[in-house]
Amino acid sequence: MNYRLMWRKAVNGMMLGLTGVCALLAVSVLFFILGYLVWHGGKALNWDFFTKLPKPVGEEGGGMANAIVGSAKLLLLASLIGVPIGFFGGVYLAEFGGRTFAFLVRYTTDLLNGVPSIVIGIFAYSIVVLPFKHFSTLAGGVALGIMMIPITLRSTENFLRLVPRSLHEAAMALGASKWKTIATVVIPAAYRGVLTAILLSLARVAGESAPLLFTAFSNRFWSPGWGQPTASLPVMIFTYAIAPYEDWHRQAWAAGLVLLGLVLLTNLTARVLMSRGMSAQRS
Amino acid sequence: MIMVKRVAMLALLLGLGSIAQAQGDPMLVNGAGATFPYPIYSKWFDEYHKLHPNIQINYQSIGSGGGIRQLLAGTVDFGASDGPMSDEQLGQAKVKVLHFPTVLGADVPTYNIPGVTQELKFTPDALAGIFLGKITKWNDPAITAPNAGVKLPADDIVVVHRSDGSGTSYIWTDYLSKVSEEWKTKVGKGTSVNWPVGLGGKGNEGVAGLVKQTPNSIGYVELIYAIQNNQPYGQVRNSSGTFVKADLASVTAAAAGTAKSMPDDFRVSITDPVGKTAYPIASFTWLLVPEKISDGAKKKAIVDFVRWMLKDGQKFAEPLAYAQIPKEVIEKEMKAIDRIQ
Amino acid sequence: MATSPIAVERAGPGWGPRTLLRRLRSGDEIAHLATLCFAASVILITTWLVYVLWVNSALPRHKFGLHFFLTSVWDPIFDQFGALPFIYGTLVTSAVALLLAVPAGLGAAIFLAELAPQRISDALTFVIDLLAAVPSVIYGLLGIFTVVPLLRKYVQPFLHSTLGFLPFFQGPHYGVGFLAAGVLLAVMVMPFIISVSREVLLAVPVDQREAALALGATRWEATWKVVVPYARIGILGSVFLALARALGETMAVTMVIGNNPQIKASLFAPGYTIAAVIANEFTEATGDLYLQALIELGLVLFLLTFILNGLARLLILLTTQRGTAQE
Repeated sequence: MNYRLMWRKAVNGMMLGLTGVCALLAVSVLFFILGYLVWHGGKALNWDFFTKLPKPVGEEGGGMANAIVGSAKLLLLASLIGVPIGFFGGVYLAEFGGRTFAFLVRYTTDLLNGVPSIVIGIFAYSIVVLPFKHFSTLAGGVALGIMMIPITLRSTENFLRLVPRSLHEAAMALGASKWKTIATVVIPAAYRGVLTAILLSLARVAGESAPLLFTAFSNRFWSPGWGQPTASLPVMIFTYAIAPYEDWHRQAWAAGLVLLGLVLLTNLTARVLMSRGMSAQRS
Repeated sequence: MIMVKRVAMLALLLGLGSIAQAQGDPMLVNGAGATFPYPIYSKWFDEYHKLHPNIQINYQSIGSGGGIRQLLAGTVDFGASDGPMSDEQLGQAKVKVLHFPTVLGADVPTYNIPGVTQELKFTPDALAGIFLGKITKWNDPAITAPNAGVKLPADDIVVVHRSDGSGTSYIWTDYLSKVSEEWKTKVGKGTSVNWPVGLGGKGNEGVAGLVKQTPNSIGYVELIYAIQNNQPYGQVRNSSGTFVKADLASVTAAAAGTAKSMPDDFRVSITDPVGKTAYPIASFTWLLVPEKISDGAKKKAIVDFVRWMLKDGQKFAEPLAYAQIPKEVIEKEMKAIDRIQ
Repeated sequence: MATSPIAVERAGPGWGPRTLLRRLRSGDEIAHLATLCFAASVILITTWLVYVLWVNSALPRHKFGLHFFLTSVWDPIFDQFGALPFIYGTLVTSAVALLLAVPAGLGAAIFLAELAPQRISDALTFVIDLLAAVPSVIYGLLGIFTVVPLLRKYVQPFLHSTLGFLPFFQGPHYGVGFLAAGVLLAVMVMPFIISVSREVLLAVPVDQREAALALGATRWEATWKVVVPYARIGILGSVFLALARALGETMAVTMVIGNNPQIKASLFAPGYTIAAVIANEFTEATGDLYLQALIELGLVLFLLTFILNGLARLLILLTTQRGTAQE
């Protein structure tokens, strides 16, 4: 009898260890990625990287200033499309929705969320690039904006639903109409969560490269306005990584570090914001 | 209310941003296509921009197939390709497309065999056999025969080709179709063929990158890519039986025959030419320009650039291992530019 | 603008022009309408997307019909397009990814949900959630310079020498290929498996665990024999979610898979996936049939991920509902 028990305890300990190793493996991957990028990318980061344009093929030096600005413009445009639709759609679902229509909206949102980013790229190519006969920042922004919608929408709905009914009822009892209640009481109460959602969806699309390949295309120069092709960090990383030039590899590491750094920073900010909001609500 | 104010501020910022950028807006001309001449093109556009700071010519090397496609779709102002457009493709164009040869370049067989530092000699049969997948090991007699004195390993050959639609592929397959009947019937020539074996790299850059990183590999790239990356490349036996290495002299010799007999539309193949010193896998590369360009400013920019390229630009070719276009062809092109309206 | 409840009451239901005007004057109706428009636009966009994909893939659908899915020749010169190599590549890389990620991910999820102390669990979960945010192209970047050389120099020769009798581990060691893509995908989907499985495991009612422990089971036995089976439907759902994610992955895969549309049993061989071929060849598909064949591939990918995502959510829903129903 004793042996059986010893065996079971041994198995218990072993499995604790094994599963712990799995968890540690998963965690260490992140640290490995970060460490590798910091080591290689850090070496390549210099002032030139942030301020200069790319040099002709084969020549050393140059930077990715246009890609950084290009990515920023794309994200701005994406927010303009994704945030209103996501936010107000979420407000509708949380505050006004009927049964069937709301279900349909939720279902399509989840559907849209699962669409591979390259397919969204095809869509944006067909509806923006072809009619305007131009690769453009607009097309890239549309593609990224569509990707932002589902995350923003579902999160807004969830956070608005978390606001207690008592707040609604108190406001209405004081004579506010429904829309005023929503605008001045409910939304401010949920603003932390909504902001978190927007930040998370921004971080998600900031790293997307596939949908930009044939919408925003790329540009060796600055991209004026919104109707011309533009360079972007993710696409530059791709282009430089598969090429044979050592100098390009260097710059790809640097760009990777910058991109990952921004994405992780946004994620961290969002999570910290959310946890502070949670504790605030609890107290 | 706060949201409304924030949105309004954002809209204002955007508007201001657009206006700020629009003022003193440099004109952007978009082109796309071949990776074969990308090094010289990027140099040219950079130099031209220094001379004319208000004109930016943004060229993306997405492969000749891409250049042709995007030009046909109208999403770029000009294209570039090292495989001339076929009659069928020209027929698809809404506006007639003109070909302008820019430089002469060469496809070289670049390889990465650990321990082998000497220059290898390749016969046409060896190249065809390797890319058909029939010759699978480096120490195959077809490869070792002309390379006495080089110890080739008994390892598997890793073939690298293009995964995208490529003029460099067109030149390579055009050559193989001429020297190998089997290749001609089994695979054919084109920018995107059904490769019997091998890994696919994206662009000349991708192929060079893969060869550099994969031991026992062989791929075809434009000469400058092998040089810039210190990759060894081999000699190829030409139609006269001499093993020739690609360089300015041998590439210029390959085009010597066309100086007098260049067709009016400039579409010509110079692979496997006659000539003792000619390199067998050389080619012109072309800018594809629509005959009618509606935007007057863009038309002027493109026309001016082509003129500059044919006169002053040619001097940048040789440092990058591209050969200049023969004088007679340049003269013919200058006349052809006037056809652009 | 009327804001008092009395004004709202006066507006009331009805669709006549005067009542409509009165209703519109009350902010509520406007708000309702405005937000409804935004919500409806989601449906509009998604329908439009499917429509565009369908209409722009008409040529190959008419020319090849179902043969598109059964032929393996991808020859743009002779206008022959078959989707089989890409479907094969997509499925194989995803299978390899799941084979590697599910055991490891499930193990990690079990550790985090059941066996680890609360603080460690929270900290590790936080880090793993961050891992899910790493962009695909960064995985590809690291894949080219770390995973591929590692596979080529050490792993592939090792597998060849030990398991070389299996058709999966034969052939030259390129480094790039199905295996490399599968490994990268495994790392990319593991965070999803871990986070969803962990949630599902946590949702299992406490009394299940306590009953098992009360009967004398060790922590591990309680987990493995009681909790995990209880949650297995949800865990399956997480696997489907991971699969859906793996199918659509583009950048990391195209950087390490070798880009060769062929069907080979060996994992060492280079291959191609649907997403990778679209990324590589879309901008240069000369000829309408070629371009539309690529779009049809996109449609196929869309359908695959649609079905998988639907199944996944259904399964996860079933588990969480079951958990609450029992109480």
